[in-house]
This record gives sequence, C-alpha cells and structure tokens, in this order.
Amino acid sequence: MKLLKVTGSLLLSSSLLFGCANSDENSAKETVKETKNIKSDSLSGVTDEYRKYAIGEIEEFVKATEAFTTAVKNGDVDNAKALYATSRVHYERAEPIAEVFGDLDPKIDAREGDVPEAEWGGYHRIEKGLWVENTTTGYEQYAEQLMKDVNLLRAKVDTVEVTPDLLITGAVDLLNEVSTSKVTGEEDRYSHTDLFDFAANVEGADKIFQLLNPALKEKNKDLSTEIQTRFDEVFSLLNKHKIDGGYKIYTDLSEAEVKELSQAIDALAEPLSQIGIVTEAL
Amino acid sequence: MSKKEYFIEEESLGVKKVSRRDMLKTAGVGGVGILIGASGIGSMLSITEGKASSAKDVVSFYGKHQSGITTKPQNHVYFAALDVTTSRKNDLITLFKEWTHASALMSEGKPIGELTSNEFLPPKDTGEAEGLSASNLTITFGVGPSLFVKDNQDRFGLKLKQPKELVDLPAFSLDALEEEWTGGDLCIQACADDMQVAFHAVRNLIRIARGKAVLRWAQPGFQRTKQADAKEGTPRNLFGFKDGTVNPDVKSEKQMNEHVWVQPGDGPNWLQNGSYLVVRRIQMFIEVWDRTNLKEQENTFGRYRDTGAPFGQKNEFDKLDIHHKQPNGEDTIPVDSHVRLSHGDGSQQILRRGYSYSNGMDLKTGSFDAGLLFLSFQRSPSKQFIPIQKRLSSMDKLNEYISHRGSALFACLPGTKNGGFIGETLFT
Repeated sequence: MKLLKVTGSLLLSSSLLFGCANSDENSAKETVKETKNIKSDSLSGVTDEYRKYAIGEIEEFVKATEAFTTAVKNGDVDNAKALYATSRVHYERAEPIAEVFGDLDPKIDAREGDVPEAEWGGYHRIEKGLWVENTTTGYEQYAEQLMKDVNLLRAKVDTVEVTPDLLITGAVDLLNEVSTSKVTGEEDRYSHTDLFDFAANVEGADKIFQLLNPALKEKNKDLSTEIQTRFDEVFSLLNKHKIDGGYKIYTDLSEAEVKELSQAIDALAEPLSQIGIVTEAL
Repeated sequence: MSKKEYFIEEESLGVKKVSRRDMLKTAGVGGVGILIGASGIGSMLSITEGKASSAKDVVSFYGKHQSGITTKPQNHVYFAALDVTTSRKNDLITLFKEWTHASALMSEGKPIGELTSNEFLPPKDTGEAEGLSASNLTITFGVGPSLFVKDNQDRFGLKLKQPKELVDLPAFSLDALEEEWTGGDLCIQACADDMQVAFHAVRNLIRIARGKAVLRWAQPGFQRTKQADAKEGTPRNLFGFKDGTVNPDVKSEKQMNEHVWVQPGDGPNWLQNGSYLVVRRIQMFIEVWDRTNLKEQENTFGRYRDTGAPFGQKNEFDKLDIHHKQPNGEDTIPVDSHVRLSHGDGSQQILRRGYSYSNGMDLKTGSFDAGLLFLSFQRSPSKQFIPIQKRLSSMDKLNEYISHRGSALFACLPGTKNGGFIGETLFT
C-alpha cells in the first residue's frame, strides 16, 4: 500500500516539473527571482516525497530507540551495544529534517563537550556508559529522557515544511557532517561505530539526489552522471569495510583508508553542491 | 588604513599617481581626506577592472614557456603535489583545460567565474582574493614519473612518452625521505607577492580537480618580502646566509636554453620549452645551528655571513677561487664546504628558486619544523641536479645541520597560447 502511494507521487512530481518548464519559457522575461519561485513550486512533488521518506525514517528511529532504551533500562549491556549503531542510522539519514529542531537535536545527539556536562544526555551519553564503563547502571534516567525526546521529535516532524532549499542544502550538509565529524572519528568516539553514521549520512544524501535527479537530468545530464558515479565510488569504498552485516569499527581503518574515504566524500560533495541548478528555468 | 598603505595599493593597481595626488589635494589632508580618498579608490578600482593585464603586477600566464620559472621570485610560494584518482585520459585533458582557463584568469587578478544569480549554488570562485591585485601570481604545472607508470601500469597510455630523465631521483646518502613529503603525479607551484593570493590559486585549482585528482602533499614557503628589502638583495635562508647567489642569468636566453629549457633532441618533443623541477623539502635544525660559532658556520658554507662573499674575496658576487691557499698551505675554501661542493668544476648550473618554510613545531622534538623548500629548474636532472647532490650528500659539512625529508621530480610542461591548454603537447 505504501509502495503504491510512493509511485503515484513520483509520477505526479515529474509531470509537474515538465509541465512547468514550458510555462517558464513563455515568461522568459521575468526576473530571475520570480523564475526561481515558480520553479521551486514545481519541486513540490519532490519535497512531498522527501517528507514521507524522512518521516518514515523517524518512525523507524522511534521504534529502534524504544528497543535500545528498553535494553538500557533492563540492564542488558550486550543488547544495548548491539542496538546502538543500527538505531542511530535512521536519525542520521533524516538529519536535514531532524536537525530543524534546534532544541531537540542536542538532547538526542550531543557529543561530550557539545553542551554543559549537567545538560548532557542522549545517545552519546549512554554510549559512553556502555563502552567506557561497560554498564547501564545509572544510565536508566538518560534512556528514559531519550525516549521522551525522540517521541517529541516524531510529533514535531509533522510540522516541518520541506522546501526545495532544505533538500538542496540538506544533501550537501549531510556530506559535510561526514567530512567534519565522521571522518575524524569524533562522532562515536567510545563505540567507534562511526562508519554506520557515515554510511547513513551518505544514504540520506543519495535519497535527496535520487529524488532531484529527474529534474537534474533535464538541466545537466553530465552533472547527473558525475554525481551518480561519485556516489557509486563512495558506496563501493564503504562496502569494502562491511563486516557481519554492519561495518568495521572505525579504529580498524588504516590512515590511508580514512584518507581515501575523506577524499571520496570531497569528490562527491563538490559536484553535488551544484544540484541547486534544478531551481533554475530550463 | 594609513596613507602609506594607500600608495602601495594604488601602485599595485596600476592607477596613475597624478589622479591620486590630485584627489588628495582636492580632498585635503588628514583623516577626513583619507576617508574621502577611500571611496575614491573604490571607484577607481572599478575603472581599472578589466584592464588588469596592463597593471604592473601581472605576469602573463600564456607564453612559450610557463611562467613561474624565470619569473623574478615572488615573496611567497604555495606548492602542492597531487595524486591523480581518475583512470581516464579524457578526464586529465578536461582537468588541464579547466586549470589553464582558471589560471589565466587568476594570473590577471580576476575571479575564476562570474557570480551566479542562483543563491542555491555555491560561488564558483572561493572569494578570498576578491579585490586583491594579481600580486605577480604565477602558476606552474608539472607531471611526475608516476603519471606515466605506476605499479607497473601504463595508466593513461602515456608510457612511450615518458622521458628517460623523468624517473625517481636516486637515493642520496643521508636521505631521510618521508612518504608524506615525497612524489606526486602532478604538481602546482603557485607563487605570488601575497600569500592569500597564492593560496587562493591552489585552493581553487584543487577544487576544480575534485573527482580527478587529490592533494598528496603541500608546503607553503616564504622569502623576505620586497617591501622589507628595498635593495632586493639575495635573500637569506633560515641559517642567516645569502642563498641563491650563484644562479644562471634569467635574462639571458642563451643561458636559459643551455641550463633550464628542454631543447629539441633532448628527449620527447612534447617537453620542448619545458623544464625539469626538482623539489626537496629540507628540514634545517636551526636550534643546532644557532649554537654553532660563527667561524664554524662560515666554514660550513665557505662564505662570510655578513657580505655573502666567498672566502678570500670581498663581495658577494666575486668569483669563487677554489685554488686559493692560506699561508699555511690549507685551502681557503674548505673542501667540505657547501659552496665548494655545489660549485664542483663549475660546469653544472641549476636555476634555484627555493623558499624557506616554517610549519610550526616538530611534535616529536619540540623544535621548530623549519627549513628550505628547495626548488630548482634544469634542462637535465641527470647532468645537473643529480651530480651536484651526489657531491653534497657525500661530504657537505652542512649535512650536520639539515635533513632531506621530502623529494619529487616533475617535468614542467611547455607554455601555451590563449586558446590552447597546458599539457596539450603531452595529452594530444
């Protein structure tokens, strides 16, 4: 049922896009800004589609966080460790939307030192307990609060207005997240599960690219091909580090492998940063 | 901003002094006058835009030879070695075409792309050189041995074009090369009288290369600035000695053809009018040097620190007399001195264009990580740099105070005309 709905919406979005291109030609003398608005409106099919994707990921995130926090509260260290990285990927994929709520993001995802010690909670606080102290004892309250915050996030996400701007900026932002915190191994500094977050950010960016790609192909086929090639390269590098259905821990990567990943992200993000041309008239 | 600074800026923009003086006269003197002058300069700036090629501090990118080789050394260098990541020759051609286009613009002090009206796109030019003069920017490109063959692979079908001279330099005694400062498929040498202009150039070229090539290593370098040395004497290195006294005359076409430019018959035609660039990143143990007495320092070089004159002579440019003896029969210029070994029999000459560097602290020792980014251009490494370095590495007294940490050899491509591109002779 869900799948059918998606297909319908995709078709709708493409027809809107192509339909609008003609009307742009008719009003060629309009100022750039006006053209942009018209064009932005025509991306609404895409933005609706992305909204569904992001909400879907947040719903998965709620479920996964439920399992994770339950394990923490039950004192099941091994299970909590096993669920930690895979829970977070849903959040990392939908980060452009999740981060809209400036008050909730730090509560859920702040790393040590990002916020005053007294306010520090969320995933990374529990991560520290699990990996540094090998315990859940004393962390039940953080699990409790984390669940509340994630539920609140789910409720608030419905109110987000997804604009083309959010998509265009979000795609590159996801990769910038990778460049500035995942590549350095600072995201999951106790569990070293950074590659899960890394891959999830790239997947989130890829989703946006795939949604905008039909419009992009119309504008610049070469750019579309180049971005696709660069995504393929990043995914194939990530695949090299897959192990037991997940990823190697980050500290097992050699310096050369980390550099290779970092430079592959740069090579992808540069052409991806041109994706904003979809807002221009044909 | 002081009045003095204004005059410097004005000159570098190529603005006529008369109009400037007139304006100052009209505007009056003092703070108010300067303020009014400020807006005046702004409007003059827009008038001079587009005419940058007539400005004093523009070195033309196009020409028979690449710029940045016989160009009078600028105050700063930003040197970058790159690894090529693409496996397609066509990507390389595209890269060099885009590089040529961008370099020609930046050499004129222009941004590499128009500002787009679409705010959803990042600007084409990174922007930090906005409003700055060309600052004599030169950008020089080279190709390393590994572009031709790497891991026994003829990567781009260029193997047959690899010159015999373009092979890794031999290991010299006392070499302490580190992978992180060694080699490279390509190189970019950006020199300018302003560090921000030089860095801007390399930054934008690396950005253009994304997906095709990546940074392998990079090293900025400096000399005393021309502002600081109005007489423009030979720069001193970080040991306090004049460095670069003996260089062939860049104004002599004959000497350049003999020592620097690759000539017909030297090797593959594609490199004709190009040159070989040797890069050595030489760490200098300045703390050790600083506790060495003056006599010993001067014996190490074979020159007087103060004047730069070779032992036994009065002036810096006086001829080296290696046969000169002391009353006690000893050589005046010690046999293990740097100047004597570099000179050899005087038959090998290289065009040195080095810069000092300081990279903060050496984390292992707590000493300065400082030294010389040695850059030399020559027609034939095997006949020029290599024999010189063999002599130096075997017995140079200076070796007690230095360590070669990085090394690379590049073939610097011939120049190109407007409409062509650097590398055209190699890739097509």
